[in-house]
Amino acid sequence: MNRFVWPLLGFVALLVLLALGLRLNPRDVPSPLVGKPAPSFSLPQLHAPEENFSPSTMRGQVWLLNVWASWCVSCRQEHPVLVEWAKKQTVPLIGLNYKEVRGDGNIDLAKLSSSSERQQVIERAGAWLARHGNPYTLSVLDIDGRVGIDYGVYGVPETYLIDRTGIIRLKHTGPLTADVVTGKILPLLAELSK
Amino acid sequence: MRRLLVTMVLILIGGWNILLAGEAAPLAADELTEKRLVAISSELRCLVCQNESLAGSQADLANDLRREIRMLIKAGKSDSEIMAFMVDRYGDFVRYRPPLKGSTLLLWFGPGVLLVIGLVALLRYLRRRDRRIGEQSLTAGEERQAEALLRDPNPREGSS
Repeated sequence: MNRFVWPLLGFVALLVLLALGLRLNPRDVPSPLVGKPAPSFSLPQLHAPEENFSPSTMRGQVWLLNVWASWCVSCRQEHPVLVEWAKKQTVPLIGLNYKEVRGDGNIDLAKLSSSSERQQVIERAGAWLARHGNPYTLSVLDIDGRVGIDYGVYGVPETYLIDRTGIIRLKHTGPLTADVVTGKILPLLAELSK
Repeated sequence: MRRLLVTMVLILIGGWNILLAGEAAPLAADELTEKRLVAISSELRCLVCQNESLAGSQADLANDLRREIRMLIKAGKSDSEIMAFMVDRYGDFVRYRPPLKGSTLLLWFGPGVLLVIGLVALLRYLRRRDRRIGEQSLTAGEERQAEALLRDPNPREGSS
């Protein structure tokens, strides 16, 4: 009897380990940016391309930065959650439109001048928001994705929660769901807004 | 005259070809940059296809990051500065050889610890088995049988 106990225990331990491993999301890479100041940038606004937006203007308030693009399939999945969020008008939601044209694999960039790329970015992003609803306080255009690199973006959509002092407090990779909003974002918001 | 014309045309075509070939030059001229790029990006993980290195991946983000690394090299940054640039943005996870620190202790020493546990368990098992064999003694009948077998030079033929 006793000689079977240890192998059995070992087997069960292994099963538990593997079961836990299966539940982990390999895409969920901890971001080193959490707890650090949000990288600064100055990018043109989608609906006012001659004006730039910079995160430093958001000092003093808690806000969300959501990375999106019209070619991103998961963004479409997450969009209703954002539209619903915007209706409640809790905190500003800034959209970072990420590589709108370059990220789309169907477009040959070599045939595009930078000014016509910019024009296409504005048209495509604007049309997408017009069709699916615009939950954003404003959106900025990261045409070549360099701001995305500073924010460690590797899978659109991504969402950052930034506090009053400009520190990133949370990063969520992948589409936001109602569960993520009620389970992660709202509790942290309540804590930060105290 | 005609021969001269043909020669001139050929020279022109040749010259044109050399001009065309010149287009590929930027890559070759910057061999050192490319070599460093490959060396650095082989040490880095592509975040999109996680089991591929940045050097080998054709993912969009990998292209962007290689472009970024190329620019950093040209800006005169050292390899460790470029590595820090990547780690600051994507975390230790981008490094194929993560640094030794609190959160990576298990990663570095886990296999060794498992090996030691296995060796200790094996040793204990073998010793216990040894002891059990030593404890067992033969009955009087078995002893007689063994002695008979030892004495008989040809047990199989002799016993029949």
